[in-house]
Amino acid sequence: MTDLSLSEIEAVATRHPDLFQQGGLRRFLPVFVVAAVAAYLGYVWVFFDVSKVLDRADWEIAGNYLADWIAYEIRPDLHLEDGYISVSYPRYSPLGSDPHPEWVILERADVTIKEVVDAPQDATSAQTQSGFMVNAPVVPEAGNAVADPLAVPTKPSGFMGAGGLVGTKVDEAAPTEVQTRMSNEVVSAQVEIGDAVISVYPDHTEIDRANGERLLIRTSLENGVTAEGALPDWAEQKEVGGKIRMFFGFAGRVEVENDDVKVRRRFLGWENFFFDTRSAFWGKTLGEVVQMILSSEEIVPGKANWQVAYSDIANNSEWQHGDVWTKLLQTIVMAFMGTLLASMTAFPLAFLAARNISPNLLLNQGLKRLFDFLRSVDMLIWALVFTRTFGPGPLAGISAIFFTDTGTFGKLYSEALENIDDKQREGVRSVGAAPVLVQKYGVVPQVLPVFLSQALYFWESNTRSATIIGAVGAGGIGLKLWEAMRTNQDWENVAYMVVLILIVVFVFDNISGALRKRLVE
Amino acid sequence: MVELDAGAMLRTQETERHYRQLLGQRRLYSVLIIIGLLVAASASLWFANETNAGKFFDRIPYFFDFFKDLAPRDGWEIWRALFDLPSPYDDGSLQYNYPVGRVYLIGPVYLPEYFYKMIETLNIAIVATMFGTALGFVFSFFAATNVNSNRAVRFVVRRFLEILRAFPEIVVAGFFLVVFSLGPIPAIMAVAIHTVGAIGKLYFEVVENADMKADEGLRAVGANKVSRVWFGIVPQVMPNFMSYALLRFEINVRASTIIGAVGGGGIGEQLRLAISRGHEAKTLAIVLLLFTTIVAVDQLSAYIRKRLVGEQAFALQGALA
Repeated sequence: MTDLSLSEIEAVATRHPDLFQQGGLRRFLPVFVVAAVAAYLGYVWVFFDVSKVLDRADWEIAGNYLADWIAYEIRPDLHLEDGYISVSYPRYSPLGSDPHPEWVILERADVTIKEVVDAPQDATSAQTQSGFMVNAPVVPEAGNAVADPLAVPTKPSGFMGAGGLVGTKVDEAAPTEVQTRMSNEVVSAQVEIGDAVISVYPDHTEIDRANGERLLIRTSLENGVTAEGALPDWAEQKEVGGKIRMFFGFAGRVEVENDDVKVRRRFLGWENFFFDTRSAFWGKTLGEVVQMILSSEEIVPGKANWQVAYSDIANNSEWQHGDVWTKLLQTIVMAFMGTLLASMTAFPLAFLAARNISPNLLLNQGLKRLFDFLRSVDMLIWALVFTRTFGPGPLAGISAIFFTDTGTFGKLYSEALENIDDKQREGVRSVGAAPVLVQKYGVVPQVLPVFLSQALYFWESNTRSATIIGAVGAGGIGLKLWEAMRTNQDWENVAYMVVLILIVVFVFDNISGALRKRLVE
Repeated sequence: MVELDAGAMLRTQETERHYRQLLGQRRLYSVLIIIGLLVAASASLWFANETNAGKFFDRIPYFFDFFKDLAPRDGWEIWRALFDLPSPYDDGSLQYNYPVGRVYLIGPVYLPEYFYKMIETLNIAIVATMFGTALGFVFSFFAATNVNSNRAVRFVVRRFLEILRAFPEIVVAGFFLVVFSLGPIPAIMAVAIHTVGAIGKLYFEVVENADMKADEGLRAVGANKVSRVWFGIVPQVMPNFMSYALLRFEINVRASTIIGAVGGGGIGEQLRLAISRGHEAKTLAIVLLLFTTIVAVDQLSAYIRKRLVGEQAFALQGALA
């Protein structure tokens, strides 16, 4: 490369002034565009009130829901009673009706429970107590051990001194009466969550983390929830005495209220994906399930085992496989039938609309405007109209796609027809063929690959559109997705349906791509 | 005519026989494909009818009822609904309360409610197209073989674009509805994310068809990667890029209407409410407004595209749907 001196550069510049001194508009066009875009974005910022929306955005909930896509939660609820803890799980817990996960270690002991009884009884038998009467030693129980009365020693040596029970007379005029009884109850619980161990007692909760951090929270009905010392950054308390919430990242979170400790522990995966907790196959390994299906012993009398297994999967209460598959098939059918009918209707109409094929100007223009109308009345409008007509379901979706795409295909097809090479048509006509045969041998072979490839394109894209118009009531998986999202509970179901939709779209993409390739070559 | 000798005769017969065989084969395939399509179609129709809430033949009479229900009390009602003028039938119900939705700008000057909502939908589409094309623009160069020689990066970017394209828009919208609560931002997100995937794919195909001579020239004078792309490829592909962006904008106007109907605000939501509540004048006013807007947007975009890339603009239509 030769080096140019300054004078040479200037000489080049004077020879080509148009390149180096462009007109004002051209030179400042990029600046104008950037300024216009910036101004427009500023206007939109105000128009949509973006700052306020961002201010109110709830990112924490977004994180939780995002985690729900791939994980599930087990939610033990430790209710702090007077002197003991009652442990409960939600009714439809992923662990079945009577869960005893091994990461929740319960200690049981005999305690005396105060009960308020309405009917007046023999006053002398009634005893008032501080309520914290624990009969030691306690026996740690792990996992699924249900209270075994024989295992619990009964020799009392409680906090309340010798004998423990101090009877006092209750005012006999009282309409209600406090009664005590002995019962074997949970007195403390240890919950592992992430790197932390939460030890819950009826009047306080301790959190120990692996890095040595420790937090003691005292709970009482009168004073609320109070932490000892400053709260670490993974815990928050919005008001004095109010509940304390602790976050352990993906592992979950714990809420301590004055009478309740709520644990939300998260596990990776989709729980009970095949069999729900009511199924006989629940909790079995794949080998065991196969064995059960193959064994001659009937689980449900009068029904083959594989039938039971299939119906258990299809009717899985959490995942609703059967329903999801039906809805997905509806969506596929909507796209397939809508596109097929539309292209079949548009095919003859396009011949009538093409001005080089049918010379009737009125007919040409009339049909073209009809195509424009069908196309421009949005698919949404058609979907809403037909949902009103047919009720929610695939018929509404088929009709909506059919109406919109008849317009689109009509337009595309008639334009393709107007651009054909006239020579072949002339050739066929010159040997005296009838008009229909002229079209069949002179026109159709030219445009058919284009027509089919367009139809395939739209089949593919309608599979996606069918999902969306489904949500406005046209049925199919779209509606199901929308319902699942609306309840905000079932994000894992949303993820499952999204995976199914992605698979279907990819499969159709590839089928239609391969067919189109073969058509064009 | 030339007399054919015996050998030539035989060869002609051979050719004829082969031709007939091929023809027969083709006919057989055509018949098989048609039968297959018929079976699939009738099974599909049966399934659709069976799983639909209302059956086709039971419901078809109501189709016309619906249009009868759509007839407004008088012809002026549509205009009153469209321009938020008071209605003589106003009985305090939602059906005739047109002036309530007025958006006052300065003093007595107001924007009718549906125009305001239409502008909202258009703004959603414009913003989504802007962000979507900007991101798609960046991604397309990473996905193009002639710009990015790293196979792994290309593969990842292409798969990523495919997922963005196939990901159902309503899921994105639904998810951001939870974060931002109701409003246009979730709709923008949903439409923009889909746009990135769709436009990225089209753009990288355009980039791959670019003439590489300009790029070579720039490389010869030692330009770095960014300036080679910026000065060598971008000017070539810009007209096509703009044309695709405009086509995408047409599609996004429709998409943001639909997303609006499922909670993204704008005119789509108004339409859904009007239809489901059976407010005939409002429905017709919205349909009219929407129809006019879509036709206007399509015409404008077609005009600009024609100026940008000539007749080719129309051949692209199908490729983008």
